[in-house]
Amino acid sequence: MKLLDSKKLGDLAAALAANGYRVAAPIQEDDAVRLKEWSPGAVIRTDAIPINSAKDFLFPRSEIIGRCKLEGDNFTPEDVPPDSTKTALLAVRPCDVAALAILDTVFNWDYKDEFYNARRAAMTIVSMACTRADAQCFCTSVGGRPDASAGADAILRPADGGAKLIFDPLTEKGQALVAAAGGALADGEAKADPPAEVPVRFDPKGVGAWLADNFDSDLWTTLSLACLGCGACAYSCPTCHCFDMQDEATRKETVRRRNWDSCGFGLFTAHAGGHNPRANQSARWRNRVMHKFSYIPDRFKLLGCTGCGRCGRLCPAGMAIADICAEIVRASEALKK
Amino acid sequence: MTENLYQPMTMKIAASRDEAPDVRTVRLEFPDEPSRAAFFAKYRVGMFGLYGMPGAGESTFCVASPPTRTEYIECTFRRVGRVTSALADRDVGQTLTFRGPYGNFFPIETWKGKNILFVAGGIALPPLRSVIWNLLDRRAEFGNVTIVYGARTVADLVYKHELAEWAARGDVKLITTVDPGGETPDWKDKIGFVPTVLKQAAPSPAGAVALVCGPPIMIKFSLPVLKDLGFPPGAIYTTLENRMKCGVGKCGRCNVGKFYVCKDGPVFTVEQLQDLPHGDM
Repeated sequence: MKLLDSKKLGDLAAALAANGYRVAAPIQEDDAVRLKEWSPGAVIRTDAIPINSAKDFLFPRSEIIGRCKLEGDNFTPEDVPPDSTKTALLAVRPCDVAALAILDTVFNWDYKDEFYNARRAAMTIVSMACTRADAQCFCTSVGGRPDASAGADAILRPADGGAKLIFDPLTEKGQALVAAAGGALADGEAKADPPAEVPVRFDPKGVGAWLADNFDSDLWTTLSLACLGCGACAYSCPTCHCFDMQDEATRKETVRRRNWDSCGFGLFTAHAGGHNPRANQSARWRNRVMHKFSYIPDRFKLLGCTGCGRCGRLCPAGMAIADICAEIVRASEALKK
Repeated sequence: MTENLYQPMTMKIAASRDEAPDVRTVRLEFPDEPSRAAFFAKYRVGMFGLYGMPGAGESTFCVASPPTRTEYIECTFRRVGRVTSALADRDVGQTLTFRGPYGNFFPIETWKGKNILFVAGGIALPPLRSVIWNLLDRRAEFGNVTIVYGARTVADLVYKHELAEWAARGDVKLITTVDPGGETPDWKDKIGFVPTVLKQAAPSPAGAVALVCGPPIMIKFSLPVLKDLGFPPGAIYTTLENRMKCGVGKCGRCNVGKFYVCKDGPVFTVEQLQDLPHGDM
C-alpha cells in the first residue's frame, strides 16, 4: 500500500505542485483552518474540520460569467473562458465529497453549466476518512459515513494511531496522483485507524414525512425566531448552490458576476415592485429546510444535506439544521401519540 | 468548446411603443439567421426570456409575440427598477440582450376546436397576448375566443390599438373594463372589477379552457367565479412570475413550493397549484 507520514502532507502537496497541479488543502490561517490553495510553507492541518467546504473550488463565491466592452452607447460581448486549471483537493472530508453529487446534479440537470463543469473535470478529489468527529457532525443521520469514499478519486486513511496516512487511489485520476507524487508516497504496511463514531441524531425520512404535511405549522415560527438572516449557514454549506447575478460597470466595460446567495436573505425573493413572496424569516427558514429535505429529494432522489455540521458551528445565533431536524422528528412523534 | 449558458445574444430594437404610463413594448431583431432559426425551433407560446442591459442586469418577462410571427420577438414591461429602467432608456436602433426561450408553454395543440377564454388584468395581458395572436393567426383551428381584460384606469390598458383591432374583428368577443373611477368621459365599455365583469359575461365552460393572468387580488377573486361557472381546475391555466436570475433551474430562487417557475412553469394549471400547501411561497 501507499503510505505517507501524516506530518508530511506538505511534501505530497509540493510534489503535486511540481507536477503542474494547483493544490488545495486544509491550511492553518490565523485561528482557523481553511480549505485554500497551498503554497510552500503553508501548514496543512488534518486534525480540524475546515470552516469552508470543498464547494469553494468548484463554485467560487464570486466569479465573472459575462463581460462586455463599452464604446459610447454600444456594447460588445466578449467570451469568458471557464477556469480549467488542473487542481488536486487534498484531505477533503467525506461529507464534502458527498455534497459533490448534489452540485454535479444541480449544475447539469437539463442545462449544463460550463463554469462548474470545467473546474469539475480538472479536479482530482482526495478525501480523508474522519477518525474524530465533533458535536456538530451528523453525517450518519443523512446517509453518510465518516470513512465513506464514494465520489472521491483517492482516499487518505489515518493509520497507526494517526502517525501514518494510507493513500488509496480509487480512480484513474487518483492513480495519476500516485505517479505525480513520486517519492512523497512510499510503499509499506500500516493499520488503518477506526473511523470516528458519529451518533445518529434523526431520521431524514421522518423529517420528510413531517414536511409533506406541515407547510403551515406554527413550529416554523418557533424554530426560526433566533435567525438573524446573516447567511453564514448557506455560505459554509457544501450543498447550498443558490446564486445571484450582478452587473458591475466602468465607462469602458461591464462584467456580470455570479455571487453566492442565500434563501435566508430578505432580498432573495423580493420583487422590484415591492412584493416579497417570502415575507418573513420563518418562511425563509422553511424554504431552507424544505429545499434540503423535501424539494431536492423529490426532484433528484438525493438528500440536500450531508451532515457536515458547519451551519451549526458557525451560526451566531446557535441554530443548527441537525437540531431543527431532530425537533421536527420529535414534533412528528408527539403528533402520533 | 461548450457554450456559456449565461451568455445572452445581442438584439437590436427595431421598434418601440409606449403602451401605458411607464409600460413599453419593444420589438427585437435577431443578430443573424442561425440565432433566429434556433429561437423559433424551440419557442412555444408561454415561454419566457431574460432581457438585459450590460451594466444593469437582466430581467425576466414572457415573450409577448407569438411563434407565428417569426421575424422578431416583442416584450412588454413596466419601468420599475434598475434593470427595467435601463431597458426603457434604450432607443430604437440600439441593442439589448436576450437569453431564452426558457420554461414550459401553453399546450395549445391540445386545444384545437375548443373555446378559449382569456381573463387578464393590467400589465398581465402581455403573457396572454402572445397566446391570443397565436390563436388568431391560426383562427380556423380554434373555437370561440373571448377576452375579458381590465385595468385600473383607461390609461393603464395596454395594447390599446390591438384592443381596437380585436374589438373590430367579428371572430373575437372582447370585453374591456376599468375599475370604478378609472373611466374617462368617452369610455364606452364596462366599469367594474374583472371578477364582477367576468361573472356578468358568464362564458360557458363547455369545451372550453380559461387562461387567467393578473395581479394576485384579481386572480384570487376570478378563480371562484370560474369555478361557479363550471370550469374544472384542470382547464384553468395561469402563468406565474417570480424573481429569477438564471432562468434555467440553478440559482434557486424562483420556486413556489416544490415547483421551479423557470423549469416546471411558468405555465401551470390551477389544479397543479391548488396542490401546493401555500399559494405564494
